[in-house]
Amino acid sequence: MTSRLRFVIRRLLLTIPVLLVMSIIVFLIIRLVPGDPVRTMLGFRATAENVEQVRHELGLDRPIVTQYFDFLGGLLRGDLGTDIVSHASLADLLAQRLPVTFELTGLAMLIAVLVGVPLGVRAATGGRWIKRATEGFVVLGVSIPDFWLGIMLVLVFASTLVLLPPSGYVPFEVAPLDNLRYMALPVLTLAVGEAAYILRTTRSAVESVMTRPFVGFLRAKGVSESRIVFGHALRNAAPSIVTVIGIQVGVLLGGAIIIETLFALPGVGRLVVTAINQRNYPTVQVGVLAIAAIFILVSLVTDLVVGWLDPRVSDGAAT
Amino acid sequence: MTALLSLTDMEVRFGAAESMASAVDSVSLEVKSGEIFGIVGESGCGKSTLANAVMGLLPGAAHVDGSAKLQNREVLGLDEKSLRALRGDEMSMIFQDASASLDPTWPVGDQIAETIRAHRKVSRREAKQQAIDLMTEVGIPDAASRYGDAPHRLSGGMRQRIVIAAALANQPKLLIADEPTTALDVTIQAQVLQLIRRLRDDHGTTVVLITHDLGVVAEICDRVGVMYAGQLVEVADTADLFAAPRHPYTRALLAASPGVPTESRRLATIPGQVPAPSDQIPGCRFQERCPRRLETCMTTPHREPVFPNEVACWNPEPLPAGMASPTDLLGEK
Amino acid sequence: MTATIVAPATPQRRSKRASNNAVLAGAIILGLLALVAIFAPLLAPHDPETVVADQVLGAPSLEHPFGSDALGRDVLSRVMFGLRVSLLVSLAAVLVSTAIAVPLGLLAGYFGGLTDTAISRVLDMVLVLPALLLAITFIAILGPGSTVAALAIAVIYLPILARVMRSSTLVVTRNDYVLGARARGAGHLRVLIGHVAPNALGPVIVQASVLSAFALQLEAALSFLGLGTQPPTPSLGGMLSDGRDVLSQAPWVEIFPGLTIVVAVLSFTLLGEGLRRAFDPKGVAA
Repeated sequence: MTSRLRFVIRRLLLTIPVLLVMSIIVFLIIRLVPGDPVRTMLGFRATAENVEQVRHELGLDRPIVTQYFDFLGGLLRGDLGTDIVSHASLADLLAQRLPVTFELTGLAMLIAVLVGVPLGVRAATGGRWIKRATEGFVVLGVSIPDFWLGIMLVLVFASTLVLLPPSGYVPFEVAPLDNLRYMALPVLTLAVGEAAYILRTTRSAVESVMTRPFVGFLRAKGVSESRIVFGHALRNAAPSIVTVIGIQVGVLLGGAIIIETLFALPGVGRLVVTAINQRNYPTVQVGVLAIAAIFILVSLVTDLVVGWLDPRVSDGAAT
Repeated sequence: MTALLSLTDMEVRFGAAESMASAVDSVSLEVKSGEIFGIVGESGCGKSTLANAVMGLLPGAAHVDGSAKLQNREVLGLDEKSLRALRGDEMSMIFQDASASLDPTWPVGDQIAETIRAHRKVSRREAKQQAIDLMTEVGIPDAASRYGDAPHRLSGGMRQRIVIAAALANQPKLLIADEPTTALDVTIQAQVLQLIRRLRDDHGTTVVLITHDLGVVAEICDRVGVMYAGQLVEVADTADLFAAPRHPYTRALLAASPGVPTESRRLATIPGQVPAPSDQIPGCRFQERCPRRLETCMTTPHREPVFPNEVACWNPEPLPAGMASPTDLLGEK
Repeated sequence: MTATIVAPATPQRRSKRASNNAVLAGAIILGLLALVAIFAPLLAPHDPETVVADQVLGAPSLEHPFGSDALGRDVLSRVMFGLRVSLLVSLAAVLVSTAIAVPLGLLAGYFGGLTDTAISRVLDMVLVLPALLLAITFIAILGPGSTVAALAIAVIYLPILARVMRSSTLVVTRNDYVLGARARGAGHLRVLIGHVAPNALGPVIVQASVLSAFALQLEAALSFLGLGTQPPTPSLGGMLSDGRDVLSQAPWVEIFPGLTIVVAVLSFTLLGEGLRRAFDPKGVAA
């Protein structure tokens, strides 16, 4: 078990430089803005004193190295600064916005996995008909931009059939059923494309496992075909599927930025887009930071799960 | 002794076209209960295809004709369900590369218990205990603690022992071993062969051992069949075959592997090339490379059914003085 | 050695033919779309930016086959000009990215060691953020617009393309003719340009055509968010954003630009997947 423990520790340590790089990128956002970022933020009608005051509040008048360590210290203390427009605490803002993004991406991924994995297995082991049908679903699912799919779903389910609201949001704890009604279309929109990717990955991973020699030996042992597929092929395909799910969480977080804007969901993605359009750089920084941190965390968890699923990875042995 | 496995006119073709020649061409043979029967030949001669056909493990594109009876029960043409009930229970097969035969993600012990539970209604715990006993029997030290190990933590020889234990878990009547030692070091090879022989002695399991290595044949086989280009060309007791090979191909094969029985060697020193299955050859398929070729060999294949100490050849090597064979009259014209 | 002896030849031939058909179909549709984009000023029946008051939200008709939008502008003409911008931005992005990625991957794969480590680590930094978030961060800094959007997309694809180039360079470098050229005393530059690069490019081209499909989607997404191409220049993503408010009255404003994106993405995908099957059977370009 020591090699496993070493694997976990090594992977945890590897996260530190990644977090540092991420923090530098986020730190630089405001400082790389061409010209005077504060002037850009406040607009040309702002007075010189006003500009200087905000510059001082943001610490932009200090040496850059000091600025970075102040920034890092703030992050570690949980002090994320304040929103330039609303003067609200960004930490509070994030606490409001994050649950929306989590609900959206979490539900979408859940549905995508529940649909994509079983269909992928069927596509890998089934007859020609199911192969063709899933192939078509994959090509369309990958080719249709999610925001257009969302618009078309609104056209069908909200404008025409009037079954679901076209946009808006109610927190789950206020009205659970209404919350789900508002979430239905955005979640469905994100889930379709994801399901296509997961289906495709599952199919090719299971297909390739089914050609491996040990499947021949399982048949020679008289093991049933369904047990071979679900007990062995899917088990061996699991690391690749989990890896792709981990990567796709990043795609999903990107998709959430668009989908939250489209459906007027008050999540972190919409926060960032609005902030960019308002030149509200501190808020952009915090939003980017939050999404990137989730992404890095998910990558970490994915790698640990893959290591646990495939003992050869955590033992450091070559395949 | 009675025949445990009898094959009659076994034929395996790939693809639909009638013109496609057979990968296995009218092979008939009987394997007696309790013996170790070797099938030897170069790679591509059809020996593995023959074994997989008996097991019902060929892909759907393969057409199998003829008859294969296990204890007088026809196994060709059985539906998948009945085949599955036979495989791992009445007959088992092990493959060349043990590392590739084990699921890398499953603990080795569970892969043995799986065979048991596929055929017997026993509890998990009982299956586990039986698997540990089997691991001990095939010579894995400290079996209980190795039960949960992933395959990559075991050496190649140990993995092959696990594979053998998994194949023999239900005490099948027949074990087909396809190049079971080819992927192993020479010293480990000998141990695994010893193990196969010991298991045969203890349980009376009939073994069909497929190999390209005459050294392996000499070491453990009771009788041996020689295959060339999809056909069975000679069947003999092992001692007789080495002492007096009858078919010119067998003779060439022996000549090409001088190091018997210590060293395995690829059989590359026979002049000419093995014909491809698609080549249409009237007459004997060995004619091009044969030093004893007659006119007849060019036109008529020797298709006499092959039984003990028989040889499918119009002009076989003469028997040395003192050895007599019932086929002498047939062979010498 | 064992069970699978003669793989039946037919399915392989069938998939080969299917992939040829896919390449052909993708290429033809893309060619048509490219022609429309290039000759949009000649082909478009109306000016894409002219506001016509009595044509507001006009349904599709002979005069306006795709209808007209909330400002009475002809949707067909706007789709043609939008396609022009979208193709231009996405292709420019992929070309720029490939032009930078190829030498980087080549150097990393050929020299290995420290060069490889340095290049790979720097490129890995880009992968710290999810792709769309990185593009948005880029735009947050430099401000919205087509050029910035193209640059942002190029940056995202840099590590992917460089990685593919690196691994195919690794494969090619081990070949005898490269070793032979070195043994005959050819210099590194000569070997790289004359022998390694031409043979290692295949997977990169495949990957670039696959990425073009995503680039097109990404450009549309950025313009949809108001971060890419800015109005009044028509862009497919921007049209989708404008039409959202009138979706229930005039769905054609949303349907046609979206369908155009889908067809363009689909043809890039067909082309890319077909090329992959033809040139890269081992799947170096993942």
